[in-house]
Amino acid sequence: MTSAVSFKQVSRHFGSVRAVDAVDLEIAPGEFFAMLGPSGSGKTTCLRLIAGFEQPTAGSISIFGERAEGVPPYRRNVNTVFQDYALFPHLNVLDNVAYGLMVKGVGKAERLKAAEEALSLVRLPGYGARRPGQLSGGQRQRVALARALVNQPKVLLLDEPLGALDLKLRENMQEELKSLQKVLGITFVFVTHDQGEALSMADRVAVFNDGRIMQVGTPEDIYQRPNTRFVADFVGSSNVLPPDFVQRYSGQRRWGSLRPESIRVASATSGDGVAARLVGTNYLGATTRLALDAEGLRLHAVVPAGTALPAEGEAVMLTFNRESLHLMDEPA
Amino acid sequence: MSLDAVVSRAPTPAILPGSGGLRGALSDLFWRRPKFLLTLMLAPPLLWLGIVYIGSLFALLAQSFFSIDEFSGLINREFTLKTYGDLFQAANLDIILRTVTMAALVTLASAVIAFPIAYYAARYARGRWKALFYLGVMLPLWSSYLVKIYAWKLILAKEGILTWLLAKLNLLWPLDAWLSLPIVGGNSLSVSFTGTFIVFVYVWLPFMILPVQAALERVPGNLVEASSDLGASPGQTFRNVLFPLALPGIVAGSIFTFSLTLGDYIIPQIIGTSRLFIGQAVYSQQGTAGNIPLAAAFTVVPIVIMGFYLWGAKRMGAFDAL
Repeated sequence: MTSAVSFKQVSRHFGSVRAVDAVDLEIAPGEFFAMLGPSGSGKTTCLRLIAGFEQPTAGSISIFGERAEGVPPYRRNVNTVFQDYALFPHLNVLDNVAYGLMVKGVGKAERLKAAEEALSLVRLPGYGARRPGQLSGGQRQRVALARALVNQPKVLLLDEPLGALDLKLRENMQEELKSLQKVLGITFVFVTHDQGEALSMADRVAVFNDGRIMQVGTPEDIYQRPNTRFVADFVGSSNVLPPDFVQRYSGQRRWGSLRPESIRVASATSGDGVAARLVGTNYLGATTRLALDAEGLRLHAVVPAGTALPAEGEAVMLTFNRESLHLMDEPA
Repeated sequence: MSLDAVVSRAPTPAILPGSGGLRGALSDLFWRRPKFLLTLMLAPPLLWLGIVYIGSLFALLAQSFFSIDEFSGLINREFTLKTYGDLFQAANLDIILRTVTMAALVTLASAVIAFPIAYYAARYARGRWKALFYLGVMLPLWSSYLVKIYAWKLILAKEGILTWLLAKLNLLWPLDAWLSLPIVGGNSLSVSFTGTFIVFVYVWLPFMILPVQAALERVPGNLVEASSDLGASPGQTFRNVLFPLALPGIVAGSIFTFSLTLGDYIIPQIIGTSRLFIGQAVYSQQGTAGNIPLAAAFTVVPIVIMGFYLWGAKRMGAFDAL
């Protein structure tokens, strides 16, 4: 099967800055794909390479099997939801949504009808006559989504689409985007720096760092079985364990990762486990995050709310199941 | 640095004492009554604008309702519309039409020339290049208007550098062909309407570039990307996004180029034919002819035209993107 988007050794250099460096990537048709990484990691440049706003310095990009280098954005059946929505301020909402059809020469009655339908799809029916400036952030986001979807793109690109929304709205939009993608069956490529968002929404996640892809996999793969220290640390703030430590518990001298929620904390000074001292607690509502100091090694544990906690500064014993200690590919 | 250095242990008051004196009292007063300060700052310019400028403008307009006694040459201070009627005499109407046509052409040409320059400055020029752009646009404004016009007279004259250059390039024939045309032609560029037009465009161009550049500067770059992303070719993006969003700037610039051309009397006098423009008509009527009422009536013409122009621009939605 042809990939929806295929990158082969794609690089995009800006002078001496390697924004994207020899990236290989296959995104399957109909997939909800997330590109996750810190700012400046190259994920947005990858998105812009798919949209056509950037051209690769080296390598080849194909979209549904067709070569895309040198093809301008307006000849790609790919649409983008921009980070700050980029709605046209001089057009009303309906004309904004109908814009793509207008420039393709679709008749007025037909394109306005399609735009009205797209607005219903994003649950903004009847908002057509308003100006973008009269809408809230969440509404603008929906208009931007409708404006892209009305063109029935082969691939929909979303550049941090939820970044500017408040928490409650963001959670609602996450669910909506996910169900919309299921209904429409369009390939969604989604850029975010929020690992929670990537894990909860995507079918597969690519973790970016320094212009390279560190790991591609299902959210569970990425979360449970990170292959590098970077992925372990960036996705879910896992405890990264040095080779010496790992050797004591698994017999292998490799870097390891241990999820904060797999650590059990008991008030004891002796017995099985890792001796540590509690240095801080962060109350997070459903859970409490504990900062621990195990003979110089800084560890974090997450325990459910309501667990009896030792006082700060007290000595504790840490235990965990062997199988939750994940050995990473990264050499010692 | 220790914490003690930052957090002083000595007791400090929560409310600081006033600085005292007249300045302290004034500061507090201005803070409590911000409108008082505003009034104080706006009063002098408003008085100036209101009395000296608007006042004298109205005095001038009032004169246009007087008439001149053709025998004695004295001004008859009785209300009449006769002077306005005089504007519609063939010779005077000719002056008005000539001036308006010239102003419209100058405005159009300025807009067409200014847009790419403004677009480059707003989209691409950064740092040093941007500074160079501002310098390039503003520099002509620093030198005397008369010097520039006389310089152009020399450039456009029959013995001037332009003719010389075209002769060297064996390209004199298109110039001669153009100059042989009626109305726009003449003995040389410096005594033709074409010359007047060139100099008008040159002199007013900065007044078009700067507002268009400011308008384009406010257009976020991602709107252009969004348009392209939605399938618009560069031409479509220009028509549907860039131009409508730059239109307030173009209209602002055209107010300058249009009204400045309507009122100017120096350029057509130095470069051009002997046929008059409104500004020259006002100048000669109030000076040698001593016909102040007709001069005043001529002055009203550009004001009325600009009023209609702005009204039309607003009707066409030129200010919708503001």
